Amino acid sequence: MKTCKVFCALALGSAIMALGTGASYARDLTVVNFGGANGDAQNVAFIKPLEKKMGKNILVVAYNGEQAKVKAMVETHNVVWDAVEVETGELGRGCDEGLYEKLDWAHIGKKTDFIPEAVRQCGIGAFVWSTVLAYNGKSLKTAPHSWADFWNVKKFPGKRGMRKGARYNLEFALMADGVAPKDVYKVLSTPAGVDRAFKKLTELKPDIQWWEAGAQPPQMLAAGDVTMSTAYNGRISAANKDGQSLKIVWNQNIYDLDYWVIPAGSPNKALAEKFIKFATSPGPQAVYSQQIPYGPVNKHAIGKLDKKTLADLPNSPENGKNALLSSYEFWADHGEELEQRFTAWSTQ
Amino acid sequence: MTVTIPEHNTHAIKLAMRRAERKRKWRAFLLVAPLAVFLLIIFVIPIGALLERAVDNPEVIDNLPHTLVALKSWDGKTTPDPAAFAALDSDLKKVSGTSSAGTLARRLNYEIPGYRSLLFKTMRHLARPAPNDQADGNPPASGEAAIKDRFMQIDKRWAEPRFWHAIVKNDSAYSSYYLLASMDLKRNMNGDIVHVPAGASAFRDIYGRTFVISIVVTLLTLILAYPLAYWISRLPKRRANLVMICILIPFWTSILVRIAAWIVLLQRQGLINKALMDLGVTGSPLALLFNRTGVYIAMTHILLPFMLLPIYSVMQSVPNTYQRAAISLGSHPFSAFWRVYVPQTFPGIGAGTLLVFIIAVGYYITPALLGGASDQMISYYVAYFTNQTINWGMASALGFILLLGTLLLYSLYRRLSGRELGLG
Repeated sequence: MKTCKVFCALALGSAIMALGTGASYARDLTVVNFGGANGDAQNVAFIKPLEKKMGKNILVVAYNGEQAKVKAMVETHNVVWDAVEVETGELGRGCDEGLYEKLDWAHIGKKTDFIPEAVRQCGIGAFVWSTVLAYNGKSLKTAPHSWADFWNVKKFPGKRGMRKGARYNLEFALMADGVAPKDVYKVLSTPAGVDRAFKKLTELKPDIQWWEAGAQPPQMLAAGDVTMSTAYNGRISAANKDGQSLKIVWNQNIYDLDYWVIPAGSPNKALAEKFIKFATSPGPQAVYSQQIPYGPVNKHAIGKLDKKTLADLPNSPENGKNALLSSYEFWADHGEELEQRFTAWSTQ
Repeated sequence: MTVTIPEHNTHAIKLAMRRAERKRKWRAFLLVAPLAVFLLIIFVIPIGALLERAVDNPEVIDNLPHTLVALKSWDGKTTPDPAAFAALDSDLKKVSGTSSAGTLARRLNYEIPGYRSLLFKTMRHLARPAPNDQADGNPPASGEAAIKDRFMQIDKRWAEPRFWHAIVKNDSAYSSYYLLASMDLKRNMNGDIVHVPAGASAFRDIYGRTFVISIVVTLLTLILAYPLAYWISRLPKRRANLVMICILIPFWTSILVRIAAWIVLLQRQGLINKALMDLGVTGSPLALLFNRTGVYIAMTHILLPFMLLPIYSVMQSVPNTYQRAAISLGSHPFSAFWRVYVPQTFPGIGAGTLLVFIIAVGYYITPALLGGASDQMISYYVAYFTNQTINWGMASALGFILLLGTLLLYSLYRRLSGRELGLG
């Protein structure tokens, strides 16, 4: 058992070393994000301006959010990533397990400048995104307003797109069943609440078309496969830029943040802090939200945005009115159990 | 005339022969050494590590040693003695704030959902001075009873035996937890193996589904590939090459591109549905996507070359004179084909079937993108546990059972066909 651990560590270590030969000393600051349209927006708002300001190159790497790589780097003490964008679940778990540096706020900024959800022990919010109810404006005559409408297949006939998994769908089901956003996690924390959510999902089950990747809902809506779908707000806006006429219902949306973290033992920690400080300052945050409709985490950036941009952001005062913040704590405790129950439920 | 070889000479010859023999052995060994090392590194060690991960259980014994000792004398039915609380207190204080806290909390959360936050809440509170003592200015109360009271103040759940039972259960460095969970089983409070509550997990169904999809896809590819291979093997060389290229170009195309192409073809307003409706075959669009049909169509298409190539290579080496001989001796053409030709292609069929089946068993991206929620195969969950939840114990256990099932089917195949695996 010990021998394997040593052996595997050696094998992994040498593999990583081979990949990043000589990169560990005096290498450029390496920023890791999710790529795609989001990566492009970050390039314009954060990377290029900071490169100009510092006079140094920044290496940008795209990944899929899998923390297995970060874990391997930290465990073999060969960290080649410096500032990494992670999702809420990964942030909490990785922080508990020592994958990330604890942030030194003196080097980042004043905690009160940020929306409260953005301030965490190991991470600071990068932007706010949201899972919303989306529909095709061309195919629906009357506009839906809530998850109760989403469940109402009599009034709004047609298939419904939902992400294949328990996360968010249970929350949506409870809201459709009349639970107020602020009480959702209270109800869901009880076994009876979970049963209630699954029962509500079962009602809609024959009409659900499951999706897997974020690119699918706009495509399914545009192709007429579904009349309404849960979707990531950024994807809907991107589809509309390409000429679609998809609409978003902001009422009862579930919003969440992506965070910046520094992998534990990064040799470029100071530079990474500089990058994070820059990327969360009001100016670049406002530029970013103009590029892609994800909301700023810096309170002062919201004031810099015009009405038109604000209309598409998850945390603008108007859109955030009746929204629910996804609970990391709840999903860390119950995620695996509920995902497995979801799998069993979907087979029945 | 006889030649006598002096005694010392035979000895020298023997020695020389032995030396030559040894040299040859070394050379042979050196020739296979790269392969042996390669196999060791990419096959034996990873599979060994996988098996080890599936039973490895270090979190509790490494981090709660005192608690485990203190719980040795516990009856398992009531709240443990204050001594156990004191031991847990000292263990948690050591773990608190380190990365072990996360792994310990995660491991215990597998036993009882919610344990994770209970543990973190407790550690957070323990790090601060006790609230009561501050209020009246007395020195902090000590003693095991006070520690127990403190735990109770932090969370009432510490009075429940099941939370302590989750610790006692893991007093060994190896555990069958992950393997049992992959078969929808668990150990109850008495240590007996029981089913998880109905509807809590469905790995057995998923294994069944994985094997059913793989078998159906294997049969479909066989039905399509055999006549195709037969036809190509009868074509003149140049035309056969042309057809082969048509088969190989999609084979070399990225799998994601092919899946995306199938989405375009199969969707409700897609080419196939439009064509069928225009031809009047069906009135409303057929559901070809996000269900089992879509998975079968795309997987059969993707795996067809793996069936076709071995069968084709065997067919090329079968002389058609045998079939002609059978016909000239009075056999019906079909009977000549079935009884004389087909048996000669069995090695190709065997190789193709095994190849397709084994590749199909590990499929995950095709069902993920083209299937519905009840068409996901087991690899989907292996990937989920590896990447999403980083529960590598569970991922290894699921992979291990898949490996076991595949080996069982392979041995069944060997017994039925009486042959070893050969590629054509």
